[in-house]
Amino acid sequence: MGYLLEVENLKVELGNRLILDGVSFELRSSEIHLLFGPNGSGKTTLVGAIAGLPMYRVVSGRILFMGEDIMNKSVEERAKLGIGVGFQNPPEITGVKLEDLLKLCLGKSPKEEFSDEEMHFIESFRLKDFLKRETHVGFSGGERKRSEILQLLFLKPKLLLLDEPDSGVDVESLKLVAGEIQRYIESSGASALIITHKGDILDYVNARYGCVLLNGKIHCFKDPKYVFEDIKQEGYDGCVKCRVKGEEKW
Amino acid sequence: MPSERRREVVELAEKGDLKSIPHKILEEAYKAGATSDDKRAGTFFHIDQSTVYSKVNELFKGKIELMDTKEALQKYHWLSNYMWRSIPKEKDEFTRRVAEDFSGGYFLRILPNTEVTFPLQSCLVITQEELEQRLHNIIIVEENSKVHLITSCLQHSTAMVASHIGVTETYVKRGAQLNSTMVHQWRDETVVRPRSASIIEENGTFVSNYICLRPVRDVQMYPVAYCKGEGSKAIFNSILYGHRNTFMDIGSKIILDGRESRAEMISRAVTREGSKIIVRGSIEGNGQECRGHLECKGLILDDESFIQSIPELTARSKSIEITHEAAVGRISEKEIVYLMTRRLSKEQAVSLIVRGFMDASIMGLPEALTTEISRIIEIAAKS
Repeated sequence: MGYLLEVENLKVELGNRLILDGVSFELRSSEIHLLFGPNGSGKTTLVGAIAGLPMYRVVSGRILFMGEDIMNKSVEERAKLGIGVGFQNPPEITGVKLEDLLKLCLGKSPKEEFSDEEMHFIESFRLKDFLKRETHVGFSGGERKRSEILQLLFLKPKLLLLDEPDSGVDVESLKLVAGEIQRYIESSGASALIITHKGDILDYVNARYGCVLLNGKIHCFKDPKYVFEDIKQEGYDGCVKCRVKGEEKW
Repeated sequence: MPSERRREVVELAEKGDLKSIPHKILEEAYKAGATSDDKRAGTFFHIDQSTVYSKVNELFKGKIELMDTKEALQKYHWLSNYMWRSIPKEKDEFTRRVAEDFSGGYFLRILPNTEVTFPLQSCLVITQEELEQRLHNIIIVEENSKVHLITSCLQHSTAMVASHIGVTETYVKRGAQLNSTMVHQWRDETVVRPRSASIIEENGTFVSNYICLRPVRDVQMYPVAYCKGEGSKAIFNSILYGHRNTFMDIGSKIILDGRESRAEMISRAVTREGSKIIVRGSIEGNGQECRGHLECKGLILDDESFIQSIPELTARSKSIEITHEAAVGRISEKEIVYLMTRRLSKEQAVSLIVRGFMDASIMGLPEALTTEISRIIEIAAKS
């Protein structure tokens, strides 16, 4: 079976600084990968480059989505192909009510109502009281994260790029958000690349691989629980030296 | 024209005596907020230099008086005490011109202890080329009454160049509430000089909403609200969209004389296509324990346009607290890109942000009125 996402030798600059220096990996359907790495290692840049955000300049390399080269496609086109991004710090969208944005994600017009099922989903994300409010304006960190994941699930993407969905989120919200992501992956056959600092999310999602981004390169595709333990014991530098023989190629 | 709109215009034209008003004018009035008179507590039409229609809904007979100002001046000689009480005749060349001669205007009086559950509407229309329309309107909301007024000022396509000078004096008596919404639908070559002032007594509330979304050559206004009574309150909200070389110099001033009087000003301005918008706001605190807040946000969408925010806050007692918040600039790229990840094109993202920026709910009005104003904004923006 072909890959959903193929990243080949990707080099990316942000503000004239080379952040990614030849990153390659592949992602199959129905797979979750966790991406670890220290602050500033380029995890957000990798997600941004795959989504096509304009501030990230791809110097060389290729990104294929469902076998198609998407390098010349805009953010909007990539989104329409099925690439969904969950931002680490989603912006405030002044004047745009959360309900209107959620309806857009569902492909509804602002005048259409949510179905009972959709409303139930919104309630389970504890966002019903936020529907009439401007998107993310005055939201707490956890509320923003819940809004972000809910929008993505309504968009029904084939690939979820999630930038630290677990940061600034309380245990209960993490359980909810991660549980819904896992459920969506299982039911839809979509895949996810999840950036995380913490291992907590491992308790709720069934991730196939964990890898480490360090010095602009990607290392180590292994059982994410093992990778996370190794990072905790040896640090990122120690981890990428990879003390275990016979690195499994996935 | 979409069928829903056509139906409403036809309804507007066929209901009651509005039949006497040309269909074309009703169509324009509809775009500026007017609707059929059975949905309004009263309807007033002044076209060019004459009042052609003035009627109070049967449901509110005996509770509302609505007629031409000239007629009212003949009927009630006490009314002359209200003429030029809040605005000096000699204020500027425009007030002087109206004092010299005016063609009419509306006189609206809500009798005491009356809650008017439907809005009232007043349409001031120009159809003649090169007309200088001069009006004098007087609104008196007697004690403990409550009313919403929607005024649509418009210029019909038969006239290109024209000017409108409208003096409006508003008196909000003790415990009364007036919510007044004015929609301007002028044409590219219209010069507009409204001159308004209001006096608010003890525990009275005056809310003024101004909406201008169509191009206009030049509008300059600086209405003043005098919060004279203890616990009185004035609120000015405005939504301004400048395009096609529009020039708007829109300000408002609230003078807080009464103890514990309150002032609020919220404005949203969008400028593009060589337009120039100046938003002024002044809150002057004189009475004890006064509070005021001024908020101005502006978006500039191209390099040919201009936007300026000039807030002014004055306090004359240590018990006073007046604050302001202002921001002008472009739409954040981050917001646009964010919306594009939600499958919107760049144009759709910009228009969603601009529309949201001008959302009527910023005005914090009662829900029914917010819905009504949102409807007006939607129709006005489409036309």
